[in-house]
Amino acid sequence: MRKSYQSSSATLPQHAENLLAQGHRLALVAAHIDEDGPRVVYLFASGPPDTRVELNVRLASDRPEVPSLAHLSFAAGRFEREMRDLFGIVPQGHPLPRRLVRHFHWPRGWYPMHADAGPPPTFGEQEGPYPFLEVEGDGVYEIPVGPVHAGLIEPGHFRFSVVGETILKLKARLWFVHKGIEKLFQGRSVAAGLPLAERISGDTAVGHALAYCLAVEEATGTQVPAEAQRARALLLELERIHNHVADLGMLCNDVGHGILNAHAQRIREHLLRLNKDVTGHRLLRGGVLPGGAALRTLPDPARLKALGEDIREITDLALGHSTVRDRFTATAVLPTPAAREIGCLGYVARASGIANDARVAHPFTAYGPQLDIPVHTTGDVLARFLVRAQEIEVSLALIEHFAEGLDAPAAVLAPHPLPGAGPGTGVGLVEGWRGTIVTRVELTADGTLTRVKPVDPSFFNWPALPVALNDTIVPDFPLTNKSFNLSYAGNDL
Amino acid sequence: MNAVGYTAVAGQIVAVTAGAPLLTGWMRQVRARLEGRAGAGVLQPWRDARKLLRKEPITPAGTGPAFRAAPALLVATTVVTAALVPLLSTDTPVSGHADLIVVVSLIALGTLALALAGLDTGTAFGGMGASREMTVAALVEPTILLSVFALSIPAGTTNIPAIVTGAVDEPARLASPAGLLAVAALAVAVLAETGRIPVDNPSTHLELTMIHEAMVLEYAGPDLALVELGAQMRLTLLLGLLSSLFVPWGIATTGSWAALAVALVLLAAKLVLLGAVLAAAEVFWAKVRLFRVPELLAGSFLLALLAVTASYFLTGAS
Repeated sequence: MRKSYQSSSATLPQHAENLLAQGHRLALVAAHIDEDGPRVVYLFASGPPDTRVELNVRLASDRPEVPSLAHLSFAAGRFEREMRDLFGIVPQGHPLPRRLVRHFHWPRGWYPMHADAGPPPTFGEQEGPYPFLEVEGDGVYEIPVGPVHAGLIEPGHFRFSVVGETILKLKARLWFVHKGIEKLFQGRSVAAGLPLAERISGDTAVGHALAYCLAVEEATGTQVPAEAQRARALLLELERIHNHVADLGMLCNDVGHGILNAHAQRIREHLLRLNKDVTGHRLLRGGVLPGGAALRTLPDPARLKALGEDIREITDLALGHSTVRDRFTATAVLPTPAAREIGCLGYVARASGIANDARVAHPFTAYGPQLDIPVHTTGDVLARFLVRAQEIEVSLALIEHFAEGLDAPAAVLAPHPLPGAGPGTGVGLVEGWRGTIVTRVELTADGTLTRVKPVDPSFFNWPALPVALNDTIVPDFPLTNKSFNLSYAGNDL
Repeated sequence: MNAVGYTAVAGQIVAVTAGAPLLTGWMRQVRARLEGRAGAGVLQPWRDARKLLRKEPITPAGTGPAFRAAPALLVATTVVTAALVPLLSTDTPVSGHADLIVVVSLIALGTLALALAGLDTGTAFGGMGASREMTVAALVEPTILLSVFALSIPAGTTNIPAIVTGAVDEPARLASPAGLLAVAALAVAVLAETGRIPVDNPSTHLELTMIHEAMVLEYAGPDLALVELGAQMRLTLLLGLLSSLFVPWGIATTGSWAALAVALVLLAAKLVLLGAVLAAAEVFWAKVRLFRVPELLAGSFLLALLAVTASYFLTGAS
C-alpha cells in the first residue's frame, strides 16, 4: 500500500514531477536528523485506489540542502520554508526564501528541531527586517489587526491594504503559537504520544489522534479489529458534527442574526454532552486508542435524530432569511483553479468544486453507501455553509450506520504488537472535520517515537484565505475567516 | 407654572439619564429571552457603568483634546437635547428654544465629537469607524430633518413643542399619508443614528465590522462609561422624540403637576413598549452588507422627501 523509495538531491525533482503528473498530491514533507545525517521524506498520496509513495532523500551533514520543489507544487514551497526554519535545511532555488514558522525573536542560527537545540532560549535580537509588501497608490491605506483581537480567537496578525472598504491585498502573519509539539513527541512511548496528538488542535482531538494511531499501527504492524475501526469512524463523524454546527451558528452570528447562533450553540452543547456520554470527554478525547477504540455507550439514535431535525431547521431558517443569504452569496469567492493550485483540502476545497475526501481516497474502514460527498462549485461563503450543512446530514447517516453492530461499553484493542514486528515507519491519513490530516511516524523497535510529523489541513488552506478575499470588503473579513475556520494551533506546531 | 416647568425640564433630563441604561438593559433582556437565553438582567448596563467608573482613567499616547473632550461633549449635547425636546411637557421655560434645527444640530455635534475622537487616536480602527460613521451620518441627519419638516408644515413652525401640541389637538395630522411616511423615515434614521441592526451590530466583538464601536475602541474606564452612557441616552432620547412626535397623547400640555406625573408614567410605558418592539424586531433581522446601508438610508430619505411633498400639497389644498 505504501511504497518507499530512495531518491537523491539530483533525481528528486524528476521523481516528484512524475508523481505529481500521475495525479498524486504532496501530502507531507518531514525532515529527520538521523545519526548519519539529515534526511527528508516526501510523502505523495492519491486515491482511490489508496496510493502512498514516499521519497527519502539523504543530505550531507555539513551542507544540508535540497533542490526546491516549489515550482512543481505550491505546498512544497511552504513545507520547504517550514523545514528551513525548524531544521536549517536550505531549499535551493526557492522563489520565496523567507521565513515562515520562525518567530521574529528566535535567536539567529537557532533551529528548534536540532538535537542540540536545548531548551527554548530567551528572545534574542530579531533576525533582520521583515517588512510587509506595501501597496502604493492613491487612497491606499493599511489596517493592521491582531495578533491580539477583540474577541476570544487565536492569535494571528492580518495586514489589509485597502482602498475605501475594498481589500486589495491581505497578508496573514500567523505563527505566534509554536509549541514544539514535534519535538515533544520525540522519545515518548506510543501511549504517551496519544495525549499530545489529541491536543495538536483542541477541536480535532479524534482526527489527530486517529491519524497518529493509524500511523503507529502501520509502523508496529498492528492489525486493528474491524469493530474498533467502525467505532473510530463513528467518533470521527461525531467530531465533525459538533464542529460544523458551532460554525454554522457563528456564521449567522457574524451577520448579526444572533438567534440562530443561540440555538446552534444549544445544539452543540447537547452534542458535547452526548460526546461525554460516549467517550467520557466532551471533545471526544480518550475514544481512539493505539490499537483500538473505547466507547462507554453508543449515541442514542432518537436523540441524534431530534438534533438532526433541529440543525435542519436552523440551516433552513438561515438560508430562507434574505439578508443572511445575501451576505453569504458571492462573498469571498475562492475560484476552483486557485483552490486546486494551492492544494486546498476539506470543505474549503469541496465548496470550490474539488471533490477530495480521505474517507473515499484513503479509507481505513468500509464506509458503505451512506458516504456522500457534497460538492459545490461557487466557492463563496454560501457554498462553504451549504457543504458543511450537507456534511452534517451525511455524518448523521454514517453514525447510524456505524453504530449498528457495535457493542458498548466496550474497549476493543488489538493484541499488543511484538517488538520490532512492523516496518518502524507508518502513515495515517484521516478526513478530520477540517480536511485531510496526515501524520507520519517513525519509531524504534521498542516502541519509542523518534519522529512524529502531523500536518493539519489548515497548513494547506491558510494561503487560500487571502486569495478568496481579493476584492472583498473589509467588513466581510470576519465572515470569510469564519467560513474557512482554519486552525492556528494545528498550523503552527 | 414656572416651578412645574422647571421640574418638567429636570424630569426629562433625569428620566433620560437614569432611564437610558435601564432601557438598554431592558432591550437586551427582551432580546435574550426571545433568543432562548437567560440574559444578564435589566440592571446590567448600570453594573457595567459602575465597574468602568471604578477603573483608572487611561488615554492612549499621542491623543489630543478631541479624544479627551468627546465623551463629555457627547453626554453634554445629549443632556441639552433632552432638556429641549418635549418628552414630558410641551410647556417648559425652554420650549421656545426647542427648534428642530437646533435639536438635529446638537445630535450631529455629538456624532461629530466621537468621529473626531476616533480620528484623533490615529489607529486604523478609529479612522475606519469615523469614516463609516460619517458616511451614515451624512445620510441620516437630512432624513431626520426632512421627516420632522413633514410634520412642521401643517403646524406652520419648526418649533418641536408647537408641532407636538398641534398633533395632540389635531390627531388627524398624524394619520395622514405625510405623517405615516414621516414616521417610517424617522424610524429608520433612528436605527442608523443609534447603531442598531440592520445598520450596525452593537453586540459584535469583530473589530472589522464595527461602525460605532470601532470609533470608541480606545476608550477605557470612566471615559468608556461616559461614551456608553452617551450612546444609551441618545437611543432613549431619539425613541422618546419619536414617541412624542407620533404618539404624543399623554404629554403634559399645561403646567399642572398631575399632568406631569401622568406624562412621566406614560413616557416610561411608551419607551418600554418601543424598546421591546425594537428588540423583538432585531431578533428577526440581520445586519446588511455595509454597502447596502446607503441604499437603506437613501430609501428612508426618499420616504422623508415624499412625506414633505405630501404634507406640502395636502396642507396647501386644505
